[in-house]
This record gives sequence, structure tokens and C-alpha cells, in this order.
Amino acid sequence: MLKVNICGVEFNNPVIAASGTFGFGREFEPYVDLNKIGGISTKGLTYYKKDGNEGRRIHETASGIMNSIGLQNPSVSEFIKNDLDFMKQFDAKIIANIGGSQVEDYLKSIELIEETDIEIIELNISCPNVKEGGMAFGIKCDIAFDIVKKVREKTNKVLMVKLSPNAENIKEMAISCVEAGADSLSLVNTFNALAIDIYKRKPIFKNVTAGLSGPAIKPIALRMVKEVHDVVDVPIVGMGGIMDWQDAIEFIMAGSTAVQVGTANFIQPNIMEDIIDGIERFMIKENIKDLSEITGII
Amino acid sequence: MEKNNYVSGKIIKNEQIDNDIFLIELEGSFKGEPGQFYMVRGWDEYPLLPRPLSIFDLENNKISFLYQVVGKGTGILSNLKKGAKVEILGPLGNGFPIVNNQKVALVSGGIGLAPMKYLARKLDCKVDLFAGFRTSSYLMDEMSNFVDNIVITTNDGNEGKKGFVTDYIEDKYDVIYACGPNPMMNSLKKLNLKAKSYYSLEAHMACGIGACLGCAINTTKGIQRVCHEGPVFDGSEVIFDVES
Repeated sequence: MLKVNICGVEFNNPVIAASGTFGFGREFEPYVDLNKIGGISTKGLTYYKKDGNEGRRIHETASGIMNSIGLQNPSVSEFIKNDLDFMKQFDAKIIANIGGSQVEDYLKSIELIEETDIEIIELNISCPNVKEGGMAFGIKCDIAFDIVKKVREKTNKVLMVKLSPNAENIKEMAISCVEAGADSLSLVNTFNALAIDIYKRKPIFKNVTAGLSGPAIKPIALRMVKEVHDVVDVPIVGMGGIMDWQDAIEFIMAGSTAVQVGTANFIQPNIMEDIIDGIERFMIKENIKDLSEITGII
Repeated sequence: MEKNNYVSGKIIKNEQIDNDIFLIELEGSFKGEPGQFYMVRGWDEYPLLPRPLSIFDLENNKISFLYQVVGKGTGILSNLKKGAKVEILGPLGNGFPIVNNQKVALVSGGIGLAPMKYLARKLDCKVDLFAGFRTSSYLMDEMSNFVDNIVITTNDGNEGKKGFVTDYIEDKYDVIYACGPNPMMNSLKKLNLKAKSYYSLEAHMACGIGACLGCAINTTKGIQRVCHEGPVFDGSEVIFDVES
């Protein structure tokens, strides 16, 4: 009943762990049944190992969390060597989230992923915490078009492009990515945001700005999912402040085939199991046989 | 297999020890080693994140945490009354390695006293405590049951010796266990004492279980997570960023 299909890849349910909030699943294994959740989007991977950002990395705000992790990761090749087999033990579908600073790095990463049996690549052109590249690719349509097209030529896997809410125009951005060959879109990444330490009279984060996630962004993320659903005809994976099953249903009704849960994992490690159960109860109560009946219904 | 999760603990006591310092005791059978911590939340939805608190003491049917009110979360926690429930997840991280038959110094700065009672109780050694405070001490009577000597320092000289604990520690110990603000730990490290040292670090963290990478610090072994590889690190390996 809960199964969803994204471009031929069948997920047991529509609830996926969002990149950067779930590592490679290892840390969550004592807390969550990794056979129960629909999928895991890996920690953002880059061709070269990244140590991430210096200074404060986490700051809590009203209804939100700001982070400036800076894509700390062991590199695509180390992930394949050390973590992929662990992830493959479970029923959760693996999505390889690929980030980078330069187009060439993305392409080299894709070549490595291409040799694995991972079925979906989530192209992260929207990380706000990487100085060069990252979000820069996800703000202007022509730059996004260019990188998606180049990646498309390199891979036969399902290509999901993760959009930034900081895009100049989210609808045009979605159209550009689909025209460039994206099979699916996921949105939204974190919002570029600012917090100030009033005693030090300085920004909290060394990079000045950082990415805002959590319930604070949900209504805006939801609006963007609807806008994108109105203009493109590819499966959308919606995210942004999903804290419970009701939030997940809202994202599905706004046009999401599946959803990703991020910040909520930090607050309750097994929250995704609750969300899955809640969606199922809702479907039974509302006599919904398949989630496609309510996807984009508003 | 049964998965871990947050569990409820009923408050037996939540008392103010000093200006902004509180000691909360929860009823229940909990696990943990000295230096390990729990993620604690005493509220429903907001603040979003739980707060990491190290184990102050742990007995058969009781766990306690010493904490300082610094923001909204700890403020809410301090207002909870006996009988109320808090949600806790743990024990998390790696605690202090326990040594035997060594000359040991415990060094704390302010709320860095938090992991020291349980540690002192578990150590079967001659233990001196160097406890630094801003202006006055707290819980020293309780600590005196488990340590041999106590050196109290205050920044303003109001009580004990004036200055910082690092001004008074002698180079005669085999092992030093320390917890306090980064500048204190950095000063301690710079003393280059011959003792083997273990530092319990504090960091802003979101998940507490090693996934968010929010609490990363620099060490000679590369980037490490305070919540997962720590919070206790070999003192020789920590590279302090004293700004943060």
C-alpha cells in the first residue's frame, strides 16, 4: 500500500532520510529499523575528501536549525569502499548524494558511482555551505542546465537533482533541470540564513551565512514543491521541515511522490518509523489505496 | 532487536545549587560510564534540539546531571518540578578511561565539574581536585567524600586561591582528567605537564549520535566528533580552537 515508484525504482514507502542528516545509516542503526524506512540519501559525497567548515557548525533558532557543516565526507571512493556494503544490507533504497566545487569533480564522482549498483543519484547543486560551487550551481538556471546536462551524459542511472530554495526562480530552475535531463527533482535544500552573536558583535558562523532547516521553513518549502509540481512532469521528492506524518501528507498533496526527513532525525532518531506508520493509518482511515491518489491533489 | 530510543525519567529532585547551576536527579535504572553523556529534553516541541548533559552521578535506581542555565532549553529544564518527566537518550559517547594506583588530578572549570563526581567515585586512586569557579564554589562538600584534596580557585579571589586552576596545578600527577571551557583546557595543555591527560569537551551538537557532524573538532588524528569519538579525548591529540 505504501510503495512508491520513482522512475522505475520501487521504494517500500515514501519516507527517505535526507542527505546530511543520516550519515550512511550506521549511526542510526541502533535506533531505527533500516529495513523499514523507504530510502537513505547518503551524506553529500565529493570526489575529494572534505574536512568541512571551521568554527561553529550548528546553531538553533526559533523553529529551526542553522548548520554550516561544509560537506564533510570521506570522498566517493572511500564511501564505496567502506560504507556501501553496510548500506546494502538493508531494504532502504540507497540514493547517492553527490556534491562538488567544480563541474569536473561532479563528473569524476558520477563515473565512480556509475560502477556501483546504486540506482539513484541525487545531484546536490544546492549546498549553501561550500564556498565555490555548491549552491552557486543551483541559483542560476543556465549554470544548473549546464551541469545537469553534463552529468546526464555520464550516467544511465536515475538522476534526481536537488534544488536550492535560494534559486532565483524555482519554477524556471525546475524546468531548466528537467530540460537538461533530470529524471526527478528533490526540493528544498536549506535556506541561506544569518545569525549574529550580539556579544561578540559578529556572525555566529565563520562563513557568515549558513543553511536553515526545520519547521521554520516548511510552509515556504511546501509552496515551492507545489509551484514545481505545477510546471514539470517528473517525480518530485519534497522536503523541508517535515516533523510528523501530517507534514509528510501535506508534501505529498502538494505534489511529492516521496518525502525526505532531515532535521527531525536529530530530534527523535526513529521519527521516520512514526511517520511511515502515520501515513499508513491515514491511508486506511481515508480509504486511500495508493498514494498516487493524493499526490499533487491540491 | 529492540532499538534504543528516548526514555522517560521521573524527576526526584531539581535543585538550584548556585546562581545558574542546577542538579537534576531522575528515577530509573540507567547505564553509563564516567564522562559519557545523555541527550536530555524536558519539553515537547520547542526548543527543537535536546541538550547534551554529562552524567554527574549514577546509582542503581537514579541518575543525576549537573547543568548550567545558558539558554531556553536549560531554562525550561530548571523550572521543572519533582514528579515531572524528562526524556533522555543515552549513554552516548566515550567516557574517561579509568586508571588504578596512579596519582590523579581532576581539573574542572565552572560547570566542567559536571562529570567529576561519578569519575571520582569510580577511581581507586589518590585523587586531588582542582576546581575553578567564577566567584564562589559549589558542591565541594559532596566532592570531598570522593577526593583526597581540593584546591578551589575563583577568578576574583572571592574564595580559595585567586586566578585560574591552571595557575596552581603542580607537575606531580600521573593522570589528569579535565573538563571546562576551551581556554582553560588550552592553558592546561600549554603547561606541558608530564601527566597523561584526558579532556572532556563540550560542543554545540544536534543529534548527539554522530550523524550531523555539527560537533566536529580538530585533532592530531583529523576531524573527530565530540559526541561520538569523544566527548573525552586524549589531551595530547586535541587541537583547540579557542575562539569558538
